[in-house]
Amino acid sequence: MATERIVPARRRMRPATMFQLVAAIAVAVFALFPLLWLFTGGFKTQTEASTGAFWPSHPTLDNFVFIFTQVPFLRYLLNSFFVSAIVTVVALFFHSMAAYALARLRFRGRDTVFMLVFATLLVTAPVILVPLFVVVRELHMLNNYAGLIVPALFNAFGIFLLRQYYITIPKELEEAAIVDGCGYWRVYWNMILPLSRPILAALTVFFFLANWNAFVWPLIVLADDKYFTVQVGLQLLQDQVTVGGGANWSYLLAGSTLTALPDHDPVLLPAAPAGGVDQDLRPQGLTLTNGLPAGFPVRVRLSGRACH
Amino acid sequence: MTAPTSARTASKTASSELPATAAKSPKLNRRQREGWAAALFLAPDVIGLTIFIGLPMVLSFVLSLFQVSGFGQYTFIGFANYQRIFADPVFYSSLRTTLIYVVCLVPGGFVASLLLALLVRQKLPGVGFFRTAYFLPFSISIVVVALIWRFMLDDQVGVVNQVLGWVGIPPQSWLGNPQLALGTAVVVTIWVQMGYYMVILLGGLQDIPTEFYEAARIDGASAWANFRHITWPLLKPTSFFVLLTSTVAALTGAFDMIYVLTKGGPANSTNVLIFYIYQQAFQYGEYGYAAAIGTFLVLIMLACSTAIFVTTRGGRFSYGD
Repeated sequence: MATERIVPARRRMRPATMFQLVAAIAVAVFALFPLLWLFTGGFKTQTEASTGAFWPSHPTLDNFVFIFTQVPFLRYLLNSFFVSAIVTVVALFFHSMAAYALARLRFRGRDTVFMLVFATLLVTAPVILVPLFVVVRELHMLNNYAGLIVPALFNAFGIFLLRQYYITIPKELEEAAIVDGCGYWRVYWNMILPLSRPILAALTVFFFLANWNAFVWPLIVLADDKYFTVQVGLQLLQDQVTVGGGANWSYLLAGSTLTALPDHDPVLLPAAPAGGVDQDLRPQGLTLTNGLPAGFPVRVRLSGRACH
Repeated sequence: MTAPTSARTASKTASSELPATAAKSPKLNRRQREGWAAALFLAPDVIGLTIFIGLPMVLSFVLSLFQVSGFGQYTFIGFANYQRIFADPVFYSSLRTTLIYVVCLVPGGFVASLLLALLVRQKLPGVGFFRTAYFLPFSISIVVVALIWRFMLDDQVGVVNQVLGWVGIPPQSWLGNPQLALGTAVVVTIWVQMGYYMVILLGGLQDIPTEFYEAARIDGASAWANFRHITWPLLKPTSFFVLLTSTVAALTGAFDMIYVLTKGGPANSTNVLIFYIYQQAFQYGEYGYAAAIGTFLVLIMLACSTAIFVTTRGGRFSYGD
């Protein structure tokens, strides 16, 4: 008994495993080196950033000081935070309302409405980029926060996931509440919303990052520096400092480090707010991404930049 | 016994009155109230989706029939924008660039992701670290990704040329040479996406019942036979999903990367259609013409999706396959 348990644990590594391990390390270097290079670059002086040294020999915060004092980078960060936060909260509120109606209420044409909402998932950016711009221009929402926020609110992805989740809530809970004299609003507000906390937490991370990382729409809709999101601001900074060859890359690296900070959190922090969502999402809808290994971060599947 | 029963009847009468007074008209029955409630719950999203996705959908075709002047004057010109497409040499070069980009990126990215998924399915020491490491690039915004790589590939200070110099490869202008720039963009895009598709493929791999592999081991099947006769056929639904998503992403999602990395240059060598649409609309103000190219791109997308769908038979498979 005892030997049987010990033998596989102490077995020497097979050559094949050895080879796989070497390959895995090589790919990990390929995947991680650019990120580390970026991170350390922000703390290097301008001359050192142009040499091959990996660690900064004299770590400096000058680059960060520069982008906060000579460039309105703080403003860009705050704009991005403000827009992403508002879009996330309002969109999730609207989506959960719509999802509640589609999942829990009975009315004529429900399936038709759901199919139409679902069909908008197939509409991709190139089809509507130009006409959407024309619509937003006619609504006088160019170059202001409304133009950034309002069109970003509406996408069927959130509605779809929330609906799939709401379908699984036992009907008896809701019937009891209605019998007790609750109106539909109170059922939604006091029962459905509290029950959907785990999925809303996961979607909050996803929506926030999708909006934080959004680039093409803010680029098109904004003209005025004071509304720029951090992605557009960073791109503008790149255009300014790389002009004429002798670029000061260390400013850009410092700016990029700050821009990428929120992106890392959901992957790296094991205690991100998406607790038990994995279980809850699995049974419906997401069949193709089902079966992730246990212990693999759930946020991984939900993070990304899919919104527009 | 009597007390709870009466309490229940009391609450029932109360329930039939209370929501009724809360609703618009006391005469509505429950079905009508439910309908009204649903309409109000759905209103914000349905109105928003109609204005910001439905309306632009319809407009995209309508707009392609107009010429739009710089002052927002619309002139109906029929199909002239479409005729213009076929006489535009930049469009042809852009179409060619797009096809090369898709044909290199989609299979290249798929093979890379599949190899990674097969690798991290093994019981390697530290496999959790490797999975997270491979996924990390995907979590970062494309603007930052493109910027890092521009820095690393820079002609003067880039670390890539320095490293290649150690093994005797002469420095290249990775983003400045029209013959290299598109390939560079493909490699950078694979670097971003490999971890994401790896996660999806890994999910597919782990859904394959282990009994198949156990049976194969008893039969003494080689690793290649395992892959060829078990993994590959049973992974088809997931492969289908990955190929379809990455094709659509390659056709429509390349904008951010191309914009920051090369702005379509040098000499239009990375000017893919989605970037050309942007150029026409937002740099030259040719909204009508841009909308026409957009419609054309949608047709290409539908054609590609159909091709993938037909060749993989919808990603379906049977155990007798």
